[in-house]
Amino acid sequence: MGPLIAYEIITENTNLFFAFLIGIGFGFVLERAGFSSSRKLVGVFYGYDTVVLKVFFTAGITAMLGLLFFSLFGWIDLDLIYINPTYLYSTIVGGMIMGTGFIIGGYCPGTSICAASIGKIDAMFFVLGIFIGVNIFNETYPLWENFYKAKFLGAPKLSEFLGISDGIMALLFVGMAMFAFWLGERFEKIKKPVIY
Amino acid sequence: METEKKKDRANRYMNPYLAGVFLGLVLLAAYFISGRGLGASGAFKSTTVSVVQKIAPGHAQNAAYYKEFLETHPGNPLNSWLVFQILGVIVGGFLSGALAGRLKLKTEHSPKITSKKRLMMAVLGGTLFGLGAQFGRGCTSGSALCGMAVLSLGGILSMMAIFGTGFVLASFFRKYWI
Repeated sequence: MGPLIAYEIITENTNLFFAFLIGIGFGFVLERAGFSSSRKLVGVFYGYDTVVLKVFFTAGITAMLGLLFFSLFGWIDLDLIYINPTYLYSTIVGGMIMGTGFIIGGYCPGTSICAASIGKIDAMFFVLGIFIGVNIFNETYPLWENFYKAKFLGAPKLSEFLGISDGIMALLFVGMAMFAFWLGERFEKIKKPVIY
Repeated sequence: METEKKKDRANRYMNPYLAGVFLGLVLLAAYFISGRGLGASGAFKSTTVSVVQKIAPGHAQNAAYYKEFLETHPGNPLNSWLVFQILGVIVGGFLSGALAGRLKLKTEHSPKITSKKRLMMAVLGGTLFGLGAQFGRGCTSGSALCGMAVLSLGGILSMMAIFGTGFVLASFFRKYWI
């Protein structure tokens, strides 16, 4: 039955319309959660506001468990959904560059769009920066092409990599999330609140 | 007094765990309907390719990256799922901000630095994030969040690399935020 587009239950154009609706939900929730404020977002790195950690992990395990249950009920074929590929070196170095950009710029691409939509000027400048960064990559691509494609492992799941079932993997993630929530709440109590 | 209280409640941010559940459900809907997760940096890539195609068509045909992108992504680059989703994010963010009374042109920064400095840091941070998202084949949403939801090894590694680096470097940039 699902994904609807793979089973041709909806057309390509309807799919794009749903993309727009899903985007509205995405943007609305991000803003509602406070992700339109850079000082709130980076709070996670200093412990004075751990909203990022709470929202991110709750969303991750909600979708993870939802997918596993949908699959169990026969509502979705998990072989037909997109699993991010793993190019070992490029993934890790890319993540490190992104982390540096996060602590310097205070946003990530999705949250910068959301913050720009409510008038944050710093977010608009961050968006401008993203275009510059994408362009630098595109123009210098021949320099990186080999590195970009090195150590391709296919699209393995962490559970396959560790040789455990998806269900056990999800349970471990739920456990880790609970521990992270506990840590987050603790840090918020210890750290001096920052007013913004 | 009562109405003021009500208004105050509506203006506050949502409980983060509840917001997380909603965000998870939006992500689940994306997989169920479209077979793919949420994202952001991909829309920037499509837009960049499209602009280069318009202003320098010869370059788009010859330069290695554009050639490869246009071969693997036929059709108009702007006619993509992520571009429509990002348009939705702009509308959704604006709606939430409007309902909560948070629409305001403003540069948010620590009192220890000037607005100008903050804006320079924002461009620099955006540039790094945009560049890193190309190597990572997705950003915090497309790679880290979606990767976690589908248990992807690459996605989870990228999540650890993004947040791990943020924590390691945080002390160097303290005065920009606190």
